[in-house]
Amino acid sequence: MKAGRLLSYLYVLALFAFVFAPIVTSMVFSFNSDRFPTVPLGSFTTHWYETAFSRPEVWTAFGNSAVVALCAGALSTALGFATAYTDFRYGFRFKTAYLALALLPPTIPLVIMGLAMLAWLGRLGLSGTLPGIIIAHTVMGAPFAMAICRLRLQQMDTSLEAAAWNLGASPWRAMRSVVIPFCLPALVSAYCLTAAVSFDEFIVAWFVSGLNKTVPVMILEILQGNVDPQINAIGTVVFLTSMTLVIVAQLLILKKSAK
Amino acid sequence: MRKSAQAYPYVWRLPLLVWQGLFFVGPLILMVAMSFWLVRNYRMQPDFILDNWDRMLGRDYFWNAYWITLWRASLAALLASLIAFPASYTLAFRVSDTVRRWAVFFLIVPFFTSYLVRVYAWQVLLAESGPINAVLGFGGLGPFTMLNSGFGAMVGYMTLVLPLVVILQTFSLASIDRNLIEAAWNLGASPRATLFRVIIPAAKVGLIIGAVFAFILSFGDFVSPFYLGGSKPPTLSILIIDTTKSGQQWPRAAVVAVMMIVTLFVAAFAAVGAAYGKRKS
Repeated sequence: MKAGRLLSYLYVLALFAFVFAPIVTSMVFSFNSDRFPTVPLGSFTTHWYETAFSRPEVWTAFGNSAVVALCAGALSTALGFATAYTDFRYGFRFKTAYLALALLPPTIPLVIMGLAMLAWLGRLGLSGTLPGIIIAHTVMGAPFAMAICRLRLQQMDTSLEAAAWNLGASPWRAMRSVVIPFCLPALVSAYCLTAAVSFDEFIVAWFVSGLNKTVPVMILEILQGNVDPQINAIGTVVFLTSMTLVIVAQLLILKKSAK
Repeated sequence: MRKSAQAYPYVWRLPLLVWQGLFFVGPLILMVAMSFWLVRNYRMQPDFILDNWDRMLGRDYFWNAYWITLWRASLAALLASLIAFPASYTLAFRVSDTVRRWAVFFLIVPFFTSYLVRVYAWQVLLAESGPINAVLGFGGLGPFTMLNSGFGAMVGYMTLVLPLVVILQTFSLASIDRNLIEAAWNLGASPRATLFRVIIPAAKVGLIIGAVFAFILSFGDFVSPFYLGGSKPPTLSILIIDTTKSGQQWPRAAVVAVMMIVTLFVAAFAAVGAAYGKRKS
């Protein structure tokens, strides 16, 4: 019985090792001098970072990614909050269809979204532009933002808003001084998470982006060439960015829901 | 004032309808329509012809890609469910709430983190002269060819779906009423019987949902089959990208995309039916 327990903990650890192996690998080999990474390791170097970040197109890509992630995060969060609030506050006809529309996008394969977006944005003249990528990423991020805001609203006493109305506040005022402050951690959390989703997304961005490449699209194109340790360096920066965003997003929710 | 109060609900309700209508439903409808369009001199013309459908569905390479994709996604869903289950079981029953919360926390992080870079890292790890073969070499084994094979693709799929499947399974197992399990023990059920006749049926919905997500994600994934699976034979997603990126054959790519969506819908509905369907007691 005891041995079985130990074995099951080891199994969990092995699974975590599998999940985190690629992340750790990238980080380790980004500081490794060998061109073709293997063990035993070569010597410590920051060469790959220096080469990668001395290229202006890498900086441009990071700039593009930042703009897209910040804008898509903001739009997704706004859209997700409005939808979560609607679900929380109102019942209406076809609400199931409404919610299905809100939650469906993550189930459509990205390659298909990419193709559909390419054709559609082309018609609108937005193909190959950053706003085009922002639009696509907002469609994908909004459901996650909605889920986070909806969970937070679930914790709100429904009479709180009603009390504000009874005290003479307009619905707008109640929203501003009661609902939004209550949801603030969820809003920040949703913002971080959807920014991370956008920052990491590469397939739709690849279809739509044209010459305005984001970081993952650039990685994708380098990958089509040879093994290049610069990717480890760029990848490590990407990992740290998106991991920070996801960790902050989660801590904000956990802290509040523990209360 | 009255007017703005009347407008209030719609300010919250309409943005989603407008945005998703314009940028989610719209593109998908256009794509379906596009599959009936005509391509002439590298330009698409709106039309209603079955030419693209004939051409794609009449070719062996489409059906080869279709079956390999279906097979691999099913295998990935099965494998992910089996690999995840012992871990989910441990996290659900054998650790404290705090440990479980942190475990889920650390599984959510990779799920949202740069899948593409993780696949690249696997490319490094699994290479012929890479670290794994080097370690195996010390033990006198190998080298094994792991890249550009079904195995490589499967490692990629697991990287993509395992965190999510473990999370979903853990939640569904942890929410089983403990009294049920104790009752089974008290009635003299063996651990095996408890697992197969009490725990798994009680957690059925979560287990099936986990497998469905694993299927959906693997079915549509392009990176693992391309960079780890060697793109031969091509999967449907590789077919879409090849068809789109080489010239103006978007209508044919749209045919593949519609076939994929139909397959996913059928799979999802069948699974939901199995999850909530007949409950024999």
